[in-house]
Amino acid sequence: MLVRSGMQIAAAFVLSAGLAQAQMSDGVIKIGVLNDQSGTYADLAGPGSVVAARMAVEDFGAAKKGMKVEIVVADHQNKPEVGSSIARQWFDVDKVDAIVDVPTSSVVLAVNQIVKEKNKVLIVSTGATVDLTGKACTPNSLHWTYDTWSLANGTGTAVVKNGGNTWFFLTADYAFGHSLEQQTEAVVQKLGGKVVGKVRHPFPSSDMSSFLLQAQTSKAKIIGLANAGADTINALKQGAEFGIVKGGQQFAGLLVFLTDVHSLGLNIAQGLLLTESFYWDLNDETRAFSKRFAKLHKGAMPTMGQAGVYSGVLHYLKAVEALKSDAAGDKVVAKMKELPTDDPVFGKGRVRQDGRKIHNMYLFEVKKPGDSKGAWDYYRLRGTIPADQAFRPEKDGGCPLVK
Amino acid sequence: MSEIFGIPTQALFGQLLIGLINGSFYALLSLGLAVIFGLLNIINFAHGAQYMMGAFCAWFLLNKLGLNYWWALVITPLVVGATGVVVERLMLSRLYKLDHLYGLLLTFGLALIIQGLFRNEYGSTGLPYPMPQSLQGAQNLGFMFLPNYRAWVIVFSLAVCVVTWFVIENPQLVQAFGVNVPRMVTLTYGFGVGLAALAGVMAAPIYSVNPLMGEHLIIVVFAVVVIGGMGSIMGSILTGFVLGLVEGLTKVFYPEASNTVIFIIMAIVLMIRPAGLFGTQR
Repeated sequence: MLVRSGMQIAAAFVLSAGLAQAQMSDGVIKIGVLNDQSGTYADLAGPGSVVAARMAVEDFGAAKKGMKVEIVVADHQNKPEVGSSIARQWFDVDKVDAIVDVPTSSVVLAVNQIVKEKNKVLIVSTGATVDLTGKACTPNSLHWTYDTWSLANGTGTAVVKNGGNTWFFLTADYAFGHSLEQQTEAVVQKLGGKVVGKVRHPFPSSDMSSFLLQAQTSKAKIIGLANAGADTINALKQGAEFGIVKGGQQFAGLLVFLTDVHSLGLNIAQGLLLTESFYWDLNDETRAFSKRFAKLHKGAMPTMGQAGVYSGVLHYLKAVEALKSDAAGDKVVAKMKELPTDDPVFGKGRVRQDGRKIHNMYLFEVKKPGDSKGAWDYYRLRGTIPADQAFRPEKDGGCPLVK
Repeated sequence: MSEIFGIPTQALFGQLLIGLINGSFYALLSLGLAVIFGLLNIINFAHGAQYMMGAFCAWFLLNKLGLNYWWALVITPLVVGATGVVVERLMLSRLYKLDHLYGLLLTFGLALIIQGLFRNEYGSTGLPYPMPQSLQGAQNLGFMFLPNYRAWVIVFSLAVCVVTWFVIENPQLVQAFGVNVPRMVTLTYGFGVGLAALAGVMAAPIYSVNPLMGEHLIIVVFAVVVIGGMGSIMGSILTGFVLGLVEGLTKVFYPEASNTVIFIIMAIVLMIRPAGLFGTQR
């Protein structure tokens, strides 16, 4: 792999200075968007998450309130060691107060430790591992948009109830894939289904044909894709080529983003069941938000990860405003748990003691090409999973913060 | 059903065939690299980017000009090859008297720039490219379901490899190489780049057309060339196909290592035969 420039784009977004800055550490609230800017996950998070973070600063009205907020960006290249060194530099040298987004679970878990050690704030939107609100939970971290448990619960349950009771997993070989596979396997077994096999592919993999052939040989009814981004796209695309669906097997995309469907095209993606916490065409508020976003982001609608960055940054700023300080990360996070959340993306919600942000999850089905009115009109709502059932019960996670 | 190491024989055949398909891409790409290195002594690090440009060129032809896959197969190598000619004339031709390293640095820099430009414009999830109508569908071979398109990839790339080998190993042409006419050098680079672009067109319907598609492949292909022996035409073709098979088998028995197995083989080969399996010590 070519060495990608670990370039750090200091995207200065300084709003006018005011009175309140005296209480802020070094006068500025500095939020770092840490994600994949150039690789497999760049379209589903990447620059779009930066757009979302800036929209949140604008909508919060930081300038009018006299708060100075700055957004900085870095590319972690999906590598834990790159992510860790950026986080350390941000905290030690650049005085960053909070890190947001962070796709790639292995990076999340590495950065999580540093955030706790430095007493800063971590708001994970695109990263998926449910361990963040379980054994790896800290008083400094929040999990905002979705997690592997909620995906498994949404898609896994729906698929098994539709008769898909034998599974073969195609799993990305790192923390996220393992976690998603494990959570889904638990759901499948709980509902009386059976897992007949699994294969762990290197991350990222462009050629899935060999793994698909193994899945085909297994004769499982359902091929569960415990991967994301380009890996999922390639698996579905090549699956169509190898006649997986024609042969009577079905795919369950356990983490599929809107941008993935856009890239696949409806011909291949149609009929796919998937679970998301956000879709642009849910209601008037999400539509208004998304259309504004699209104008700023080459016409692309936001993914749930990007929408979650908006929601998380907005709530963070509200908490800092209420506290009148951004100095101690654990205090800001405690305030965020105390205040109810409200934004155009997820509506009203709250944050649990284990750091889990609670809102509805939705089960969607990808439309047939004939039913779509045009670009980005891809999902049909199949069901709503209410907030209190959409996430792992607090007591089951084993987070020490829950008493 | 009979089994080998716990894998049903039929499944194993399927996996070997898939390995051969990947091997076709390795062979085509490493062939281009070997041709360029053999004559120009340039380690063409831009090969992956040129492969990606081939796929994008096919996409443009289809979506902007309405020219289908078969047209792309003819036009793309010419167009991308022509960009190669420009690069050779403007930049590479100034480096022949210098160390290998300069050519490597130049082409590496070019690869980064080209990939960056495409990524800025098209993002990283990739664009869809449909399978050509006449190659859709698949054959049931009994032990596996072989998509027609993949069969075509094996046959076509084998043909291209054999023809190239025949032309280049032809003594009269080698004499011409010996004369070292600058135009021959330019055209050879253009030809090598054209081969990469051809592989890109063939890859477009299988993988999505993605600015990063070459980045992941190029390092593996370099390992193939090193194992085969730098500059050896037949060596790179054979090694390409064989390593595709080895990788395919790894995906069955120990998938976690399928990304690394080629590099392990490279390390072993370099310890035993530093010039590669088919290379001669320079």
